[in-house]
Amino acid sequence: MTAARTANPYLEMDLLRFSTAGSVDDGKSTLIGRLLYDTKSIFEDQLEAIERTSKQRGEGYVNLALLTDGLRAEREQNITIDVAYRYFATPKRKFIIADTPGHVQYTRNMVTGASTAELAIVLIDARKGVQTQSKRHGFIASLLRIPHIVIAVNKMDLVGWSEDTFDAIVAEYTEFAEKLEVGDLTFIPMSALLGDNVVDKSTHMPWYDGGTLLHHLETVNVGASRNMVDFRFPVQTVVRPHQDFRGFAGRVTSGTVTVGEEIIALPSGRTSRVKEIVTADGAYDEAVEGESVVVTIEDEIDISRGDMIVRSRNLPTVTNRFDAMLCWMSAEPLDPSMRYIILHTTRQAQAFVNEVIYRIDVDTLHREDSPTLGLNEIGRVDITTSQPLFWDAYARNHGTGSFVLVHPHTNVTVAAGMIRGEVKAAPRHAAGSPATGAAPAAAAGTSGATPSASPDAAQRVSPGVVWDDWNVPRPEREARNGHRAAVLWFTGISGSGKSTIARAVERRLFARGCSTMLLDGDQLRHGLNGDLGFAPADRTENIRRAGEVARLFFEQGSLVLCTFVSPYAVDRATVRSILPEGGFVEIFVDCDVETARRRDPKGLYAKADEGRITNMTGVSAPYEAPSSPDLLIDTRTSSEDEAVERVIAYLREHRILGT
Amino acid sequence: MPDSAPAALPLQRHSHRRTHLRQLESEAIYIMREVAAQFERPVLLFSGGKDSIVMVHLAYKAFHPAPFPFPLLHIDTGHNFRETLDYRDWLAKKHGAELLVRTVQASIDAGRVQEEPGPNPSRNSLQTTTLLDALRELKADAAFGGGRRDEEKARAKERFFSHRDVFGQWDPKNQRPELWNLFNGRKNPGEHFRVFPLSNWTEMDVWQYIAEEQIPLPSLYFTHEREVVVRDGVVLAVADCNVVLPGERSETRRVRCRTIGDITCTGLWESTATSVEDIIREVAGARVTERGGRADDRRSDAAMEDRKKQGYF
Repeated sequence: MTAARTANPYLEMDLLRFSTAGSVDDGKSTLIGRLLYDTKSIFEDQLEAIERTSKQRGEGYVNLALLTDGLRAEREQNITIDVAYRYFATPKRKFIIADTPGHVQYTRNMVTGASTAELAIVLIDARKGVQTQSKRHGFIASLLRIPHIVIAVNKMDLVGWSEDTFDAIVAEYTEFAEKLEVGDLTFIPMSALLGDNVVDKSTHMPWYDGGTLLHHLETVNVGASRNMVDFRFPVQTVVRPHQDFRGFAGRVTSGTVTVGEEIIALPSGRTSRVKEIVTADGAYDEAVEGESVVVTIEDEIDISRGDMIVRSRNLPTVTNRFDAMLCWMSAEPLDPSMRYIILHTTRQAQAFVNEVIYRIDVDTLHREDSPTLGLNEIGRVDITTSQPLFWDAYARNHGTGSFVLVHPHTNVTVAAGMIRGEVKAAPRHAAGSPATGAAPAAAAGTSGATPSASPDAAQRVSPGVVWDDWNVPRPEREARNGHRAAVLWFTGISGSGKSTIARAVERRLFARGCSTMLLDGDQLRHGLNGDLGFAPADRTENIRRAGEVARLFFEQGSLVLCTFVSPYAVDRATVRSILPEGGFVEIFVDCDVETARRRDPKGLYAKADEGRITNMTGVSAPYEAPSSPDLLIDTRTSSEDEAVERVIAYLREHRILGT
Repeated sequence: MPDSAPAALPLQRHSHRRTHLRQLESEAIYIMREVAAQFERPVLLFSGGKDSIVMVHLAYKAFHPAPFPFPLLHIDTGHNFRETLDYRDWLAKKHGAELLVRTVQASIDAGRVQEEPGPNPSRNSLQTTTLLDALRELKADAAFGGGRRDEEKARAKERFFSHRDVFGQWDPKNQRPELWNLFNGRKNPGEHFRVFPLSNWTEMDVWQYIAEEQIPLPSLYFTHEREVVVRDGVVLAVADCNVVLPGERSETRRVRCRTIGDITCTGLWESTATSVEDIIREVAGARVTERGGRADDRRSDAAMEDRKKQGYF
């Protein structure tokens, strides 16, 4: 397209893709109908059609929801069962809505709709407040890294336009969202049925001084998830009109490249320079993220579909094994013995799911053990592919961090995945095989045979195991210590007995000659975490830092005993996630609040009762008990000695200690 | 267009801000290249309408400086406007593209389908058989269509890569999820895909793009005098395949097409538009969808869904 030739404002409009999620009764279809209707995006014949249908169904008003319920089956059942795309524009912006159903069985549709969205609208019915599925929608939006989330608190007309009701929902959802990775969270009270705060400002809610939904959609920053740094150009096809022209066609996934820049072709590892950036509109001097172009290079290098052109000093990770979040989308569950087809950028390979590390209960965010994933289940997995892929973590680069799995017999897309990173050396591999997760040695290794390859590049192309970064690798330290490293994470309410048990265990281990360290909440709060309070966000940060410190001692080869209340499951999951499999042992020290209150070793319950402490876990703040801890110790029934014996026995059974 | 000389143009500088038309163009080109790479024998279904004209333009841009690597396939009902056929032949020649034409008449002659009884029969539903026969004959495994999701409710859930079973049917309950920019074109023998690169475009986007890219259009889209007859509130052109029935009266009006299909079912609009800019002003002020003029969509509220399940375009 020729660049800005005229002053036609239509050519200056940008684009916002957003998704909507809500249940059948939250009024989602009505909200979309209202947006289309009030922005005059509905034509007379469409309006006549829904008026006719509303009348046939005996409804007393024009049902705007009918505008969006496309398929007949859905209309008859009054539910939307698939992702539907809607379009409207205002003078400022064009909008693409991915309208996804909110039923529990349709997680896959929400994930699909969210995959291309830059903003998510989560509907909450003001009468019902924050429901499990409102949380699920937020979780999926954060999993897919949608930068902007709008909580549309709908049906305000049915709660008397109550500010208190709205504020309560804001408070509850904000607290929940602190556990998620959410960039920008906006709450808007509205009535889609009556049109309040959708396009036009409500006169019923003078207490709300924010903008309307449309105003927010028109002004929110677009492009927040664009990666303009890392040049990635997956080759779609080779354009070769005649002997003298060989161009590589593709769309720039991220970053930019200019004519003359040094590039490297993956997987060959060969380097060259960009000669031309060709388009039907003429040659470009630069190609930018999102543009479909044809690139030619100075040297004759064999490049074909599925290869990737990148800048020579900024390489993706090249491995055939990685750690990913996977959303399963097929009725037939994940089969760990199946060779699936993986589609990643323009590359295809075969893929095995080695292991489901855990499954997430999308309603509670609890991690659960599961050998497989079923329809609409989300879990963390370890995947091996038949050829190396060129990837970045999804959080950094959606284009090179996303993939789908296809069933080899039915050809149906069965799963969507987001790459987290490399598979950190798991115990069974850490024992010494330096090739863990690093078949790239083979891939990049071929560059050794090609004279033009940069050896420096080749090394970075195959970074191997992440733990090799440590000067003295942990396995060597473990070999000298005579035991493996582990983080023993004692969680439980204050007074449950965590510290008592942990201290006794450490003494026993130390006496055996083990390398040990004990970290407790109070100690860290006096120093490293002295800047943190007890609000949910501070608690999360407290645990994150504690986890990182524990990890350092872990890498140093120690048995690290950590005693933290750590009330949120997701925070504990975060710590688990930064350690290799088997390296994190979750020990739930359980006892009821009444028992703990009687013990009250630090006098905290007394203070809480007097109101001198707020946010006291178990009293005025929640404790999310582990659903499947590695070890459960009930201190109402176990003595201290018994508890210590059980911990030591666990370490022996799992070969952390020698026998 | 191909007659411009890219080498003579200066290097294009552009900001990192992406306008929505640029994004739609880039997305459509990406889809076309995916099809060329993933399928063995794709075809581009050419109807003569503005959407398929835009698709040919995008195909040209996607593979430039090479010619696009698939033929145009036109299913000719025999009820086309003369102008459509002239434009079709001119466009194929201009791009050096292979043009394949399969006719509904041949399907009727071969006994594959039967003409509707009565005067001015519609061949709209018959073309499905001709199309499916042609795809089988050509062993086509992917067929580009100009369908847009904004056209009709049933299309709102259509995928870019729409899987069709061995009977050419679309199963709305069993569509493959489509995530990010990953398009799964894997299939079993005998199955094929319909691919819709313009899925995310609206009617306004198409017109603005035609204006911006200065794409030539058939004269039917601009106002002209024509003998018409008004039937069931729809203004239709009088022709051999659409004769004036007893009780009707023909008249001459200044009209144009908003969409181009068969003479028997393409509603004409009274208009004074003589340029694409005039049309854009008309579209911006329009209160009725472009398909509102199509007699075939009015039969039932789920008309499009029914036809799609049978393998309609």
